[in-house]
Amino acid sequence: MRRSKKLFAAICCASLFSVAAMTAQAKTLVYCSEGSPEGFNPALYTSGTTFDASSRPVFNRLVEFERGTTKTVPALAESWEISDDGLTYTFHLRKGVKFHTTKNFTPTKDFSADDVVFTFKRQQDKEHPYNKISGGQYEYFNSMSMPDLLKDVVKVDEHTVQFLLNKPNAPMIANLAMDFASIQSAEYGDTMLKAGTPDTVDLEPVGTGPFQLVAYQKDAVIRYKAHPDYWAGKAAIDTLIYAITPDASVRYQKLKAGECQVMPYPNPADLKAMKADKDINLMEKEGLNVGYLAYNALMPPFDKPEVRKALNMAINKQAILDAVFQGAGKIAKNPIPPTIWSYNDAVMDNPYDPEAAKKMLADAGVKDLQTKIWAMPVQRPYNPNARRMAELIQADWAAVGVKAEIVSYEWGEYLKRSKDKERDGAVLLGWTGDNGDPDNFLAVLLGCDGVGSANRANWCYQPFEDLIQKAKTVSDPAERTKLYEQAQVVFKEQAPWATIAHSIVFEPVSQKVIDYRIDPFGGHIFYGVDLKE
Amino acid sequence: MLRFILKKIGVLLPTFFGVTVVAFIFIRLLPGDPVMLMAGERGMSDERHAELMQQFGFDRPIIVQYGSYMVDLVHGDLGTSIITKKPVLEEFLTLFPATIELSLFAIFIAVLVGLPAGIIAAVKRGSFFDHTVMTGALTGYSMPIFWWGLLLIILFSGILGWTPVSGRINLLYYFEPVTGFMLIDSLLSGQEGAFRSALSHLILPSVVLSTIPLAVIARQTRSAMLEVLGEDYVRTARAKGLGPSRVIGLHALRNALIPVVTVIGLQVGVLFAGAILTETIFSWPGIGKWMVDSIFRRDYPSVQGGLLMIAAIVMLVNLVVDLLYGLINPQIRHNS
Repeated sequence: MRRSKKLFAAICCASLFSVAAMTAQAKTLVYCSEGSPEGFNPALYTSGTTFDASSRPVFNRLVEFERGTTKTVPALAESWEISDDGLTYTFHLRKGVKFHTTKNFTPTKDFSADDVVFTFKRQQDKEHPYNKISGGQYEYFNSMSMPDLLKDVVKVDEHTVQFLLNKPNAPMIANLAMDFASIQSAEYGDTMLKAGTPDTVDLEPVGTGPFQLVAYQKDAVIRYKAHPDYWAGKAAIDTLIYAITPDASVRYQKLKAGECQVMPYPNPADLKAMKADKDINLMEKEGLNVGYLAYNALMPPFDKPEVRKALNMAINKQAILDAVFQGAGKIAKNPIPPTIWSYNDAVMDNPYDPEAAKKMLADAGVKDLQTKIWAMPVQRPYNPNARRMAELIQADWAAVGVKAEIVSYEWGEYLKRSKDKERDGAVLLGWTGDNGDPDNFLAVLLGCDGVGSANRANWCYQPFEDLIQKAKTVSDPAERTKLYEQAQVVFKEQAPWATIAHSIVFEPVSQKVIDYRIDPFGGHIFYGVDLKE
Repeated sequence: MLRFILKKIGVLLPTFFGVTVVAFIFIRLLPGDPVMLMAGERGMSDERHAELMQQFGFDRPIIVQYGSYMVDLVHGDLGTSIITKKPVLEEFLTLFPATIELSLFAIFIAVLVGLPAGIIAAVKRGSFFDHTVMTGALTGYSMPIFWWGLLLIILFSGILGWTPVSGRINLLYYFEPVTGFMLIDSLLSGQEGAFRSALSHLILPSVVLSTIPLAVIARQTRSAMLEVLGEDYVRTARAKGLGPSRVIGLHALRNALIPVVTVIGLQVGVLFAGAILTETIFSWPGIGKWMVDSIFRRDYPSVQGGLLMIAAIVMLVNLVVDLLYGLINPQIRHNS
């Protein structure tokens, strides 16, 4: 009897252990990423591939974009206040936030104001001991005009920090949700500096994020494990693996073979098969981008709005959408995508009307116009095939009597030459939003400061400029919305660009994946994602 | 022999110097500004551009840049990548074992299949086998590697499910690299099934990479054998009543191997060239993929360093082949 009781107890224990073992079985998600990160400090780089591997899994920011949206929500800062003059931002920091523990570093203190000051001072202050480490190029910090904008970052107390600005800047909160603003550990920085290995900070990252880096083998694999003390709760996935797979066709084969569960950037030619595959969930979302053709408003006859408008009316955008985007796009009428707040849906697009276009050109005194169309040599979500797009526009313009020659250069050269104020012809280019703020499109791409630089249309129009500059200084969202809506009306009247399309982003994921959301900024985020047993 | 070796090394030195010039000039001849490429659509101000050009040293006259590059090179410093900010030599040495592993396996397949195929084709000249081998070799030689790789993946990994799609090992195995050679590291890890997984990952890429060398070796072996088989000493051996296996294996093959060994040596360069595409398709983390990325990003130090290292290795292998050649055929040593 006693023996059988023992046997029964042993069976019960074994069953319990096996159940426990099953529930405790580590969940591993494999993401077939498209390339190797340049490094693991997002402040030093600008590519989405690097952000996917660094800022998104490993770090947090004071404020973050809600997963799958462009809305900013509290993250390491629980709340904040903006002074009436718009020059002081006071952030109240979350308490009890733990940094990762690695083989080289065991944190002794929680996240505090020191870490915020360390993060921003490194990028701002040229005398900071870390400023020059790892090449010391903070291109995103610079391109968001932070050196001009930021006067100082001040620790008020352990859990309060103030950002002092030189001038009011309404997109500031959205800027702080960007990858370059990922919070680094000041204690880790000090420890590595004392050890004489400061660059370790950028190679073996220590953050507060949901996953911590375990190992990286260049061009092969990146491994992460869930941060056990993550402030928002441990991730449902225990192990996150990035299988670096540069070729899109191979990524698809890996997804089909179950070697990975999520893949970015599918080949447009594979979409049909993916849709038909019952094991694949082909997710799609409108991209936060715009593809456009920028005229040179400084060169006649493109200095006349009626000429630009006429040329816009000669372009058959639907044909471009069908041939170039193969349906994976939406006609653009505004310079900002519909997913951005303040998008003015009331704006009427220039209709496709070659006859009217011909007449308008004649009325403007334009006869036998010869020009150039610049076709990008690279593929981008906002323009998957610039050469084809240029050919279609060339044919459309030929139909209204405009002879256009297509030109292209190596990408670096293209970017350089297309900035020239005396450039001949219209440039195909585009933009993917950084922070979901309309200012990031309208001011960067069409503001007077950008002439000869990011403003490829070289278009500086005072009524438009006044609207966007005012919107920068106003903190009331309703008022800002109104100003940006007006700016879009002015833009359409003046037509410095032919707005072509906003792309649709596709992401095939395995049916086993639960609650994956496409990031409007083009990132890949795995906190909040789970796998079916 | 020593004189022979010294003479060969004496030829290598100016070649190496020439390679440094070519490697340095090549990447700079390509249109494109590395700093502009870093900025992308975002762009940057002219001041910032000038600042970065100065920081990287690209604003100096080209001759000064070359001089400083050579001074660093003499000190064993290949420079630092402008993208990853890591020493070029360190990056190269991290990735190189993967390429070596793949190349060795590919050349092993090429020799294992190409040599016997060439011998049999020569012995059975004009037969169906001969025609098949020669047609296969011509097809293999003209096969676009990218297309061939994808085709094999779709067939063997996608449809049949016999081999993994890409990578070096199933990612569920995890161990710290010791030698960088996955087959060895997987054995050292002691993890069950790791070696088998590493081996299965090696099959498709090495078959793809071996295609061209295999074709070349098969054709070269065939023609060398045909030449030797018509020699008087082979006829004499046959007349003396030696068996066909002895005539072919001992007398003919030994002599036919001399040009074949040279061709195998020359295939090292072909393998490195093929590795660029093979590594990209099979997500193989070697120097081929690294070089392509570096060229696209105009990462001058990485391209220069990578080209130089590859050229040095190819030259070294060819030196060894030359020395072997001299050992096999002492006449060559004396003539040279």
